[in-house]
Amino acid sequence: MKRTFTALVFFALLVAGWHFGRDYMVRTHRWSPVLVPSPESVARYLWENTFAAEILTPSGVPEPNLNRWLLFLAAWVTVKRLLLGYLIGLVAGVPLGFLTARVQVARDTLGVLALGLQGLPSVCWVPPALLWFGQTESAMLFVVVMGTLWSVVLATETGVRHVNPLYIRAAQTMGSRGLHTWRKVILPAALPFIVSGMKQGWAFAWRSLMAAEIYVTILSGAGLGYLLNNGRDLNAMEQVIGIMLVIVAIGLLADKVLFAPWENFLHRRWGTAK
Amino acid sequence: MTLQQEFAPPTSAKLVVDQVSKSFRPDGRNRVQALERATLRVDEGEFVCLVGPSGCGKSTLLNLIAGLEAPDDGTLSSDGEPIRAPGRDRMMMFQESALFPWLNALGNVMFSLKLKPGLTDAERSEVAHYYLKLVGLENFERASIHELSGGMKQRVALARALAPNPRVLLMDEPFAALDALTREQLYGDLQRIWAERKKTIVFVTHNVREACCLGNRVILFSKSPGRIREEFKIDLPRPRDINSVDLAEYATRIMRSLKGHLAASTPEAQE
Repeated sequence: MKRTFTALVFFALLVAGWHFGRDYMVRTHRWSPVLVPSPESVARYLWENTFAAEILTPSGVPEPNLNRWLLFLAAWVTVKRLLLGYLIGLVAGVPLGFLTARVQVARDTLGVLALGLQGLPSVCWVPPALLWFGQTESAMLFVVVMGTLWSVVLATETGVRHVNPLYIRAAQTMGSRGLHTWRKVILPAALPFIVSGMKQGWAFAWRSLMAAEIYVTILSGAGLGYLLNNGRDLNAMEQVIGIMLVIVAIGLLADKVLFAPWENFLHRRWGTAK
Repeated sequence: MTLQQEFAPPTSAKLVVDQVSKSFRPDGRNRVQALERATLRVDEGEFVCLVGPSGCGKSTLLNLIAGLEAPDDGTLSSDGEPIRAPGRDRMMMFQESALFPWLNALGNVMFSLKLKPGLTDAERSEVAHYYLKLVGLENFERASIHELSGGMKQRVALARALAPNPRVLLMDEPFAALDALTREQLYGDLQRIWAERKKTIVFVTHNVREACCLGNRVILFSKSPGRIREEFKIDLPRPRDINSVDLAEYATRIMRSLKGHLAASTPEAQE
């Protein structure tokens, strides 16, 4: 309760600072009112592109809002690309990590490849993806998978190699073999590493997807990145800032929904610091 | 009169270790003879303690009996069947509890039970509760492993090893990392469980008093190369108290013998 209150006060002060600071700078002609939007105009943009059923025309006449739900639709386009690509990266990455951890040949080949490509900023995949797949969902998916995959492979490999061999021996004496050992012992034992790899993969994928969406118009759907760039084209700074806020919100939500449950589980079971 | 004599004729050995040798190359070059031509018979229901200095091959022998490692030479069998791989009839307990941190106490006990075929889930859960109660942890079923003390962890590990009802329990210095008070409690518990559940136990330790307190027989090892040197029968009534004077006498005798072997084997090691 007290913590929520503290946070609320902090953000209220931040917005107030933005409002009054901008007001002062605009009145003294140091900032252009167009380039630095007021918090009110950003809020209005967000409202008119989400829930508002009608909007007022400049003459004060209400009319139906054609942009209703626009931001939700755009966010869904982006999040869909992200989740799908992320899931593919995860499902492929964990077994590949197992493989590189356990098979020397895989470690010397795939492991080195993963290490190299993980160092490559995944936004570098945007130009080749556009040439190979065109301005399509496939190109976006490819970029997200490339952002996710290598981090997950490397984290899983590290995790598996750090599994206490005693766990495996203990499981063997209890009759665990082969796939059962992998699923029920090695995978959960490597979980702390895998979760941190998942977070890193998520961060890389999210950044590269945004870069790709801003960089190029994808014909099959306008995501948040497109809207952000569109705001720049229209000189609509309230749109640019509004979209940035939406992107921040999605990042926070992903952390709460995707990772917090895992991290809470790890904290509870392993007794590690939160 | 010990339980072993009550229940099993000496001819039916539960575990037979015959002329077993095992060597390692810990640094990839020099071969270390961990165990040389070890021969041992353990009868059904017997409690045998393996004692010796570090590196004498007693843990190696336990791993061989568990089936976690294969011998270079010689044969091992359990109930007349050759030992080739780990089996549920021989459960192992380690110095570290080796409990899985991603499962709670109950989950750890259930892990070994889930691998045992022919039980319904309700039966498994009933058995798990029973053994957690047997080791005195019925109120800690939902606890995470990191929340348990060292002694409690070893109790859960004991419950996990007992739950699938193995005939043989292999224990590799399970109490070495515990404080003296906790250890004494566990000596009592283990003797009670051994008598109640009629297990065959092979117990590795470097603590001679501990061996005298628990075992029907104490097998003395010497190192470089690891060999079985001597055998002592402990004819003390149970339950035994580790601080009793009679027990101390046995321990002193074994200790003296152990020192003799150590002195004898030192020049050999320097060769």
